[in-house]
Amino acid sequence: MDKFDRHTGIAAALLRPNIDTDTIIPSREMTRVSREGLKDGLFAAWRYTLPGSREANLNFILNRPAYSNTSIILSGDNFGCGSSREHAVWALKEYGIRAIIAPSFGSIFQSNCIRNGVLPIVLSNNMIKEMADWVEKDPQHNYLIIALPEQKIHWSTGKYFEFELDEAEKNMLIKGLDAISLTQVLDNKIDLFEQKDRLERPWIYLD
Amino acid sequence: MLKTLFEKLWTLHEISIIGNGECLIFIDRMFLHERTGSIALKGLEDAARAIKSPQHVFCTMDHIVDTTLGRGDETLMPNGRDFIVATRKSAQRAGIRLFDIGDQNQGISHVVSAELGIALPGSTLICPDSHTCTLGGLGALAWGVGSTEAEHAMATNTLRVKKPKTMRVDFRGKLSQGVTAKDMILHLISQEGTGGGAGYAVEFSGQTVRELGIEARFTLCNMAVEFSAFTGLVAVDQSTLDYIQDRTFAPKGNELKQAINHWNTLHTDIGAEFDRTITIQCEEIKPTVTWGTSPQHAISIEDEIPDPKRETSSITANAMTRALTYMDLSPGMPMTSVKLDAAFIGSCTNARLSDLRAAAQYLQGKTVSPWVRAVCVPGSSQVKVAAEAEGLDKIFLAAGFEWRESGCSMCFYAGGETFGKQKRIISTTNRNFEGRQGPETRTHLASPLTVAASACKGYISAAED
Ligand code: SF4
Repeated sequence: MDKFDRHTGIAAALLRPNIDTDTIIPSREMTRVSREGLKDGLFAAWRYTLPGSREANLNFILNRPAYSNTSIILSGDNFGCGSSREHAVWALKEYGIRAIIAPSFGSIFQSNCIRNGVLPIVLSNNMIKEMADWVEKDPQHNYLIIALPEQKIHWSTGKYFEFELDEAEKNMLIKGLDAISLTQVLDNKIDLFEQKDRLERPWIYLD
Repeated sequence: MLKTLFEKLWTLHEISIIGNGECLIFIDRMFLHERTGSIALKGLEDAARAIKSPQHVFCTMDHIVDTTLGRGDETLMPNGRDFIVATRKSAQRAGIRLFDIGDQNQGISHVVSAELGIALPGSTLICPDSHTCTLGGLGALAWGVGSTEAEHAMATNTLRVKKPKTMRVDFRGKLSQGVTAKDMILHLISQEGTGGGAGYAVEFSGQTVRELGIEARFTLCNMAVEFSAFTGLVAVDQSTLDYIQDRTFAPKGNELKQAINHWNTLHTDIGAEFDRTITIQCEEIKPTVTWGTSPQHAISIEDEIPDPKRETSSITANAMTRALTYMDLSPGMPMTSVKLDAAFIGSCTNARLSDLRAAAQYLQGKTVSPWVRAVCVPGSSQVKVAAEAEGLDKIFLAAGFEWRESGCSMCFYAGGETFGKQKRIISTTNRNFEGRQGPETRTHLASPLTVAASACKGYISAAED
C-alpha cells in the first residue's frame, strides 16, 4: 500500500453534505473486474455534460484550470455515504486525490480510504468553510501541506489546523502497511479462538 | 455486568484488542456478489492468498445479472458478462458455494443469506455491500465492508474493526393502518437526519418492533446504513427462532437445541445502558415518502414539499434547493400532486414474500395507471417460486406489472436498464440519490403498499383503507 507521510497539494471545495459513493463513481463507470481504469469515471455525472459522454462540464470545479492537479478535497458532512463500493476510493486515488477533509464520513468509505492510503481528515464545518474561502481566492497559490506524523494541516500562509486520527490507522498509513499481512501474524491467536469457539458454538462451523 | 445485545455479540467475537480502539473480530460468515465479490476474489488470487474457511464463504449473482425471464449470462450492462463469468470462475477455483443464474437459491445477497440460514442469530456476517446490515433483523452482527476488507475477512476469518457506540431506537405505541416498517425507518431518518446513526450500532426495540414479522425487521435494519449506522439490530425472540428452523444451512437436531439455548440470551439486559436513546411514538408515523435526493428528505404523504427558505442552516437549505431542482419539484406542492412515470417493487429492502403479498393484496382487481410503467422483481428465486405458488404473479401481471426473475435490477443503475432520463419513479428501494436508478432519474422511496397504490393512481398516493 502507498505510504502517506506528508503531502502538499491543491484543494478543491465541494461543500455539499452527503456526497455519496454513487456520485463519486457512478455504477455505469465500473465496467471491469478491476481496481483500475476508474479515474475517468470520477464524479462522472457532474464532470461531463451528458451521462455517458466525456465532454467536460466547465462549470464543475475540478474541470476549471484554477483547480488543475487538485489532490485534496474539502467537503460537507457524511462524505462517501451510501454504497460500500471501494471503487469510490480507487477512482479518487487514481485521479490523484490523496486526502479528503470533511466534518464526517460514511464509515465504510472511511475504512476503505485507510486501506488504500488515502487520508480521511475530520475537521469542523467552520474550519473547513474557513479553509475553503481562503483556498478559493487563488487555488494554485493557496495550497495545503498535510503533515500526518504531527497531525497538522498547514496553510501555505503558515497558519495550521490540527486534526485527530486513530493511532493504529495513522501507523498503517505512514508505514504503508497491509492489514492482511499484519493480521496473519496473529494467526495463532485466531486459531486458538476458533478452537475454543468450536466447543461453545459448534453450529457455526459448517465442516 | 448488564450488557446490550450489541455488546454481547461483540464480546462473543472479540479475539483481541489491537491498538487504539481497533479490535480483531472473528467473522463467522462471508457473502459475496458478482459486482464487488468478483474483485475481492481476484485480489486474493493476485496476491496468491488462500481463503481460510471456504465453507463459510457464499456467493450469488444479483447486481449485474439480467432479470428478464429466460435470462442467461448476457446483461444490458456494458461488460456485465465479464463480471458474471469471472465470478463463476473465481468461485469455482476458490471452492466456495455459488448460487449461480438458474440455481433455485439465487437471489439478492441479503435476502438469500437469511432465507438459507447462512446468517444466524448471534453470528457475524460481512459482505462487500452496504446493505448487509439487513441481517441484523435476525440478531446477527452483520455489516457491509469494502472489497479489500472482504479479502481480509476471507484470508484471516477476521476483521479489524473500531468498536462503535450503542444506540437504542425505541418504537413505542401502535402503528396506524397502512403504516409499515419502511415508513418507520424513513420517518426515523427524516427526524434524525442521514447522519443520525453515525458511529453507532443501532438496536431497534420496543413493543412495535417485537410485533413486526422477521421480514419487516429486515426492512428496518436494511436502511440502518442510510442512517449512517455501523449496523442495525433486533433482539432474538420466538419469531426469530421460528424463522430459523429448517433453513438449509441452519443447525439441526442437537446442535439446534444447543443453539437455541444460546440464541435465547441474545437480547439487551434490562437496565443495560446505551450511549444514546431515541424514542419514537408510532402513532406519529404516517405512510412516508421521499421528495428529494437523500433518504432524510422524507415526509408524510399527506404533507407538502418543504421550503428550503425555512431552514436555518445554509448548507441544509442549499442541499434542499439542489434536490428540488433535480427532482423538478417546488416547495408547497402537496406530495399527492406529484405525477409518476414508473413504479418499482424490488430490492433487498422490500421484495420478500410479505412485501409482495402486501402489494398484491392491494392490487387485486385493480390496474396500474395507463401512464405508469410498473415492474416487480422478487428478492430471490425462492421468493419468486413461493409467490407464484400463491398466485401473486397473476395478480401483478393482471394489474399491469412486469413480473421478473430475481436480482437487484433497477434498484440501481449498472449502465444497463433504467426507466429512462428524468423519469419519476416510486420505488420500494433504499436510495433516492441523484442518478441511482439511471441518469437523471427521480426516485421517491416508499413502502410496497404505497408503491402499489401510487402505481394505480398514477400519482403519489397512500393506500385507502
Ligand atoms: S437490491 Fe439494491 S440496495 Fe440491495 S443489494 Fe441490490 S443494489 Fe444494493
